[in-house]
Amino acid sequence: MGEGQQAQGKPYLRISSLTKMFGPFTALKDVTLEIQEGEFVCFLGPSGCGKTTLLRAIAGLDIQTTGKVEQAGVDISALPPTERDFGIVFQSYALFPNMSVAKNVAYGLENRKTTKAAIRKRVEELLELVGLPEQGDKYPAQLSGGQQQRIALARAIAVSPGLLLLDEPLSALDAKVRVHLRHEVKELQRRLGITTVMVTHDQEEALTMADRIVVMDQGKIEQIGTPLEIYREPRTSFVADFIGTMNFVAGTICGPGAVQLGQLVLTCGTDGLAVGTTVTIAVRPEDIVIQGVSSGHENAYEARVRGLEFLGSFVRADLVSDATGDALLRADISINLMRHQSIADGDSVLVSLPSERIRIYPGTVSRE
Amino acid sequence: MSEFAADVLTAPIVKPKSSRDDWTMRAFMGVIGLYLIVALALPLYTMLVKSLEDHDGAFIGVVNYIEYFATPSLTYSINNSLYIAVITTIITVTLAFTFAYALTRSCIPFKGLFKSIIMIPILVPSLLPGIALVYLFGNQGMIKGLLMGNSIYGPIGIIIAEVFFTLPHAIIIIITSLSIADSRLYEAAISLRASKLRIFFTVTIPGCRYGLISAAFVVFTLAITDFGAPKVIGGDFNVLATDIYKQVIGQQNFQMGAVVSVVLLIPAILAFVVDRIVQRKQVALLSSRAVALEPSPKRSFDLIMLGYVLLVSFFLIGMLAVCQYAALIKFYPYNLSLGLHNYQFDLMDGGGWDAYYNSIKMALYTAFFGTIIVFSGAYLVEKGRGFNRGRALFQFLAMMPMAVPGLVLGLAYIFFFNHPDNPFGFIYHTMIILVVSTITHFYTVSHLTAATALKQMDREFEAVAASLKQPFYKTFLRVTVPVCLPAILDISIYLFVNAMTTVSAVIFLYGPDTALASVAVLNMDDAGDIAPAAAMGMMIFYTAAGVRALHYFMSRGLEKRSQAWRMR
Repeated sequence: MGEGQQAQGKPYLRISSLTKMFGPFTALKDVTLEIQEGEFVCFLGPSGCGKTTLLRAIAGLDIQTTGKVEQAGVDISALPPTERDFGIVFQSYALFPNMSVAKNVAYGLENRKTTKAAIRKRVEELLELVGLPEQGDKYPAQLSGGQQQRIALARAIAVSPGLLLLDEPLSALDAKVRVHLRHEVKELQRRLGITTVMVTHDQEEALTMADRIVVMDQGKIEQIGTPLEIYREPRTSFVADFIGTMNFVAGTICGPGAVQLGQLVLTCGTDGLAVGTTVTIAVRPEDIVIQGVSSGHENAYEARVRGLEFLGSFVRADLVSDATGDALLRADISINLMRHQSIADGDSVLVSLPSERIRIYPGTVSRE
Repeated sequence: MSEFAADVLTAPIVKPKSSRDDWTMRAFMGVIGLYLIVALALPLYTMLVKSLEDHDGAFIGVVNYIEYFATPSLTYSINNSLYIAVITTIITVTLAFTFAYALTRSCIPFKGLFKSIIMIPILVPSLLPGIALVYLFGNQGMIKGLLMGNSIYGPIGIIIAEVFFTLPHAIIIIITSLSIADSRLYEAAISLRASKLRIFFTVTIPGCRYGLISAAFVVFTLAITDFGAPKVIGGDFNVLATDIYKQVIGQQNFQMGAVVSVVLLIPAILAFVVDRIVQRKQVALLSSRAVALEPSPKRSFDLIMLGYVLLVSFFLIGMLAVCQYAALIKFYPYNLSLGLHNYQFDLMDGGGWDAYYNSIKMALYTAFFGTIIVFSGAYLVEKGRGFNRGRALFQFLAMMPMAVPGLVLGLAYIFFFNHPDNPFGFIYHTMIILVVSTITHFYTVSHLTAATALKQMDREFEAVAASLKQPFYKTFLRVTVPVCLPAILDISIYLFVNAMTTVSAVIFLYGPDTALASVAVLNMDDAGDIAPAAAMGMMIFYTAAGVRALHYFMSRGLEKRSQAWRMR
């Protein structure tokens, strides 16, 4: 396990060599992961990558085929969900439609030798906490989607579980509500200090909410790291492609710290790859420098603008060049800069690719 | 990947630990599973074995079958049954399609009323249309002349009665398949300048083809397995269902009864399997994004459709009216004065008024216990954890009764429960065996109703409840049952009505103290007391219709009460 691991004492949740088979299909392949107490971790990946399977294994809803799950130092690998310690929120909210909001929130508090008055008080507290006081007598269907999800959250944390599991909790909501609720959930989690695992396919959600992100693909963990690490230093081409926008062009290693792109030789970290290795060069559109570049700049070359795509706050320019051969690079140019430099279709511009922003992956990446 | 698989094998497989909740659930699954095994699988198995034995119970292989197929008077019934079923299917599906088309694609008034009228045949025993036909076209029939010398006793009578009996089933299925049409397909076709006829054959028919096929198989199965109509109006025209009855009741030849039962099972099972496959495809056609088709008024078309719908309604109500009239007439055709003379059931053989009360009791028990068993069973299949193979087997068993004709089930019960070594033998000739056989006979449709309702519930309720450490039965009682209450009411009403009207399964099973109204109709008709038989049949109709009305108002009340949380 590498970067981003907060090496402070024993982890709260430890998952070792987890494998889950559905018949002949392997949904999780040898997944190992540690989560610290109070941490907010996102499982991020495309649909079918195994993130939900992993969450359900942690909950005991679909127990893994092999491997171990430990929570707070206890091996819970084989325990049924009723004997584990977690609260869960689903994309569908799963609120009991025939019960009032208050009854929904109180559901887990019953049969616990708690008096009715105490339950009522706790429910009021929780509704206050999720910002919906005075809504206890309504039925779920009378609330908006965002409100329903907050009630589901209140129900899940009512019993003060040690672990909060969120299965795509915001995916069913409208875009605006989603953004708003992101902050609220994160804020609530911080205030309660509850260890939280959230499954999502929305990278923006993961980047804004998580302390650490676990990027998954085809049942395997691709990378674990803080949002910044994942974005800045994607360890694999999959992560680079999945998170944000990335230019991928084919190149060849032509020396230590040098890679050939067409006729161009770029300086960049080559990770000790042997000369002659076919690689994929990756650079984000916003990292391509266009302003104030002179030919003396590192990795500078002259490119031609072959199309401009207006995207609101910025413009994405398609850059081609004889020097780079077939390779097409897309660069993001802020609207501000566009005004200053008045770049138009067909113009020639001097661009530079900062070496510390270039990532090299062995092999070729097939896209589109 | 192969390297990886080797890895997996070396690591120890995690054996999930079961909670007390899991064990409780498994115990419930076991009990319900046992019910279907005892009430369905074992009796059918026993019957199969019986068909391979001689009178003394010694195994003789297929000798009975050889004897059966060597007896032309018996095998002739196979042709007769197929003939009746095929002709009925063609007529019913044609009539039903036109009726359903009128209700979904025209702007005729009173659609709700017509929808209620077509439910009439479901509320009466299949014997009743036969009795009506006797009065209309029998030897002294009111409008006998219309038959132009043909006899109603035989295929003509059976087919008319079967069409009456099967029409609602076909109409319900076809209405469903016609109402899922996507209006955008029609708009696309119109914008491409397709003619009306072409639209009908390229959009309408393909859109409801699965409904039509499904309706055809349902009608075919009902017609080939029905016993009531051929019994009353069949005359000398033997079919498989009446053969079973004659072999068992008339000649006490149980082995041959078993052989005919197995023969009758084959087309029923085949039709059932095809229907299931087709239904699965129908579901795939449902698109939640479809834009509902709203018919627009077309004066002449609407008038033609209204005329047609009125004609069919007249046929259905007319049959019933004839029965009611016959029940009130003192002595047809000699004394046409009206009175309640024929309602003195206690003066006739067949069970008297007690039979009527028994029927109500039996229907109530069936509705009550049946609903509990069916709904719990469907819940465990749909929402249960673990026991996957057991649940799949249960699902299979739950679908089987649809393919088993009532007479066959009844005969299987004789073999199984009347066996001296059977610990459940004490229920023979009691109310219990009538209730058990009726629940089992009508299990499949009830199960599907419950399963559909359960499938519409959020899949994660159980997971949430588990995370909140609440036992599954609490969530079942406090969430699942209240949310599914409309479906539960539907199931109980379905079971009640069918328990009131069924003849086939119970005809072999009633005892001296447990005669039923529907059985009384058959026995009185047999004894020549046709008017009292009609009177009793109408009593069944009024009871079933009354309960239906009650159900309607209860559903409305429920809807109002749960409006707050059911709104979308």
